[in-house]
Amino acid sequence: MPYNPALVAPMRQEMTHMGAKELTTEAEVDAALGDQKGTMLVFVNSVCGCAAGNARPALRLALDHSVRPQQIVTVFAGQDLPAAARARQYFADYQPSSPSMALLRDGEVVHFVHRHQIEGRTPQSIAADLTSAFDRFCAATV
Amino acid sequence: MTGHVFHPGHHELHGITVVIETHGPRTYVGRFDSEDKEGLHLLDAGVHEATAGASSREDYVRRSAKFGVRAEHKHLIVPAHEVVRITRLGEMPQ
Repeated sequence: MPYNPALVAPMRQEMTHMGAKELTTEAEVDAALGDQKGTMLVFVNSVCGCAAGNARPALRLALDHSVRPQQIVTVFAGQDLPAAARARQYFADYQPSSPSMALLRDGEVVHFVHRHQIEGRTPQSIAADLTSAFDRFCAATV
Repeated sequence: MTGHVFHPGHHELHGITVVIETHGPRTYVGRFDSEDKEGLHLLDAGVHEATAGASSREDYVRRSAKFGVRAEHKHLIVPAHEVVRITRLGEMPQ
């Protein structure tokens, strides 16, 4: 059952303040991820404090890096249920977990961060892995 | 909401995805919830049974680390006396 919207509002704002576009419906997900071009990071948000409480600041840190995905979008697991389920269909090879992050390039998942790769780690450590993936997959080809 | 925890006062592994190896053929992977007299409570857990023809335990754990945990059970209890080792899935090689 979804949490009270007022309770999760700060967690949504933390994402939008770093420039992520929130996708709250299946139609919004399809519009963003269908026929996706370039690089995009999909952040599956969560109320879980022990993991999402580090994942959001980790992404914020990583987005300060000189190389970053062209687009950042987010769905909220446990809150916007149809939108989250729809988004997961675009990376169906990976078992659902939240928080998690999928880095897409031209519609293909090139890097995935599971919840178990977030748990117990500092935002700085998670951000270092993210920026490494950004360097590998988001750098412009010459 | 940075660092905010919704569930303080729990076991140190609460909320952590773990691999539980047992004395028997079963290996469990799931999110640790708690421990009580019944055993270790896991949420969204998968189970590997080392039987003839099955993939190896190592392959199962490696695949779980790479592609995530296939949650076959919303909640299951592993009797404490069966447990040999508990490892964070995030520490396992992919």
